[in-house]
Amino acid sequence: MRAFEYVRAADVDAAVATVTDDPFASYLAGGTTQVDLMKDGVLAPERLVDITRLPLHGIEHGPDTIHVGALTTMEELAADPTVVARLPIVREALLLGASTQLRNMATIGGNLLQRTRCRYFRDPSVPACNKRSPGSGCAAVTGAARMHAILGVSDRCIALHASDVAVALVALNAVVRIQGDQGRRSVPLTEFYLESAEDPVAENMLAHGELITGIEIPLLPEGARSGYLKVRDRVSYEFALVSAGVALVIEDGVIQDARIGLGGVGSKPWRARSAEEVLIGAPPAVETYRAAAAAALAGAWTVPGTAFKVELAQRTLVRTLQNVTEVSS
Amino acid sequence: MTHVPDVQTTGAGAPRTVSEVTTTLTVNGEQRTVSADPRVTLLDALRDRLGLTGTKKGCDQGACGACTVHVDGKRVLACLTLAAQCEGREVATIDGLGRDGEPHPLQKAFVDHDGFQCGYCTPGQIMSAVALLEEGRTRTDVEIREFMSGNLCRCGAYPNIVAAIRQVASEGGSDARL
Ligand SMILES: Cc1cc2nc3c(=O)[nH]c(=O)nc-3n(C[C@H](O)[C@H](O)[C@H](O)COP(=O)(O)OP(=O)(O)OC[C@H]3O[C@@H](n4cnc5c(N)ncnc54)[C@H](O)[C@@H]3O)c2cc1C
Ligand code: SF4
Ligand code: FES
Ligand code: FES
Repeated sequence: MRAFEYVRAADVDAAVATVTDDPFASYLAGGTTQVDLMKDGVLAPERLVDITRLPLHGIEHGPDTIHVGALTTMEELAADPTVVARLPIVREALLLGASTQLRNMATIGGNLLQRTRCRYFRDPSVPACNKRSPGSGCAAVTGAARMHAILGVSDRCIALHASDVAVALVALNAVVRIQGDQGRRSVPLTEFYLESAEDPVAENMLAHGELITGIEIPLLPEGARSGYLKVRDRVSYEFALVSAGVALVIEDGVIQDARIGLGGVGSKPWRARSAEEVLIGAPPAVETYRAAAAAALAGAWTVPGTAFKVELAQRTLVRTLQNVTEVSS
Repeated sequence: MTHVPDVQTTGAGAPRTVSEVTTTLTVNGEQRTVSADPRVTLLDALRDRLGLTGTKKGCDQGACGACTVHVDGKRVLACLTLAAQCEGREVATIDGLGRDGEPHPLQKAFVDHDGFQCGYCTPGQIMSAVALLEEGRTRTDVEIREFMSGNLCRCGAYPNIVAAIRQVASEGGSDARL
């Protein structure tokens, strides 16, 4: 690991100023991505600004939204009574991710900014990686790919954004609160991420030094049904091959509102609006779900190692919709 | 916290001074102080500087759970925690669990049920299981397996580990505190 200076941020403004003014500084939250990738030599900041003592912990409850401080851990958010009662999709996505030890460390802000698990990205001895070394090529496109993306990708990079909870949060129209040295702004999570097809390096629209201070999650209406299903190579403590997070409002036998997020498939946490369009206005039925799933995967771009995901993602979405609506095949 | 100028780095950026960080923390109820390069993890601080070798280094990458310790009452991975982050924190390790001749109920149950073969993962398993009992996640074997899944065992002692935890849970959890 490259030597670095450790700084404990005194307050939010000081943290933002320190990182903004220093192109070689990074934030440190739970460290489960940052320290891991520094050990691998993929990240090599010269100054690490520890933000874990900043007053950005905890959850504020409003009538229609909750505001989650960026330093709230995954375990804390999953245990929140409002999340348990009103946002099962968020709770399930959180508890199906990582392990309890990691969830006690990992913060929500850090989770949204976790880096891809692409094994070539994480191994600096592999020369070809456009994300690590722009212009060097992509070892995954020609090599062994499996934990890679099929939507929002191109032959320049097929890296997956592997967060589970971000899939639930894009479906719920969550909003990211950001503070920079020029002030504050709020960005819908669906507009926060960039597709690697556009640029393998830039993963989101944060400028260097901008700090995520929190996330606002709109509550689902009473009576909405939601759930998250994750399909993995082993039954627990594993990243998704594919996953689906869905939230539906059904009245008078018709789907009035539908929100679909897909995981394990996108270079960003994937919001499947084309699937939502198929569902809204239709009755809850398996044929409708299949049509929606086909629409969601229509733009898939695969390599031999990821081709299986097109079918698996559709089946996973259909099953998730069946589970939350109790519609059998 | 005091800074002692130590190492010079000249990376892609301007040359700068990297200071050792002095961290005071509580380990198994005792106040301890570590002065170390900021790269030193809690795991290396415990093992190499404080002489507490009960906590094991498996993958050193957050994947195996061998380094599980408690920080402020929560189970975490010591290999991905920087020692410098632990200023003022309370750390509990396997070394502080039970006493000679008086094992913690989980330690005894692991022996009774053969919850290990080589024993390398065991300190992490037990620290995780102590937390599991406090979290109340021992209602079924399925729940025990799911919430112990962050602790890998290369020897495959899983069924016996689950049996050991189930026994302690059915006896009312761990009354022996850390
Ligand atoms: C073995 C393993 C298994 C895992 N399994 C899963 C899984 O199944 N599902 C899943 O979703 N995730 C999984 N993860 C990923 C884990 O959830 C993330 O590593 C974690 O959420 C990152 O949060 P952190 O607080 O540790 O962030 P850090 O590692 O501290 O930071 C991550 C990045 O974000 C930046 N950062 C952090 N906070 C802020 C902020 N507030 N503002 C601006 N920048 C910030 C840091 O500079 C860094 O670049 C796994 C990780 C490991 C190691
Ligand atoms: S998929 Fe992206 S991150 Fe992985 S090797 Fe290719 S360019 Fe690098
Ligand atoms: S040594 Fe820390 S998780 Fe393996
Ligand atoms: S007993 Fe050998 S690794 Fe678990």
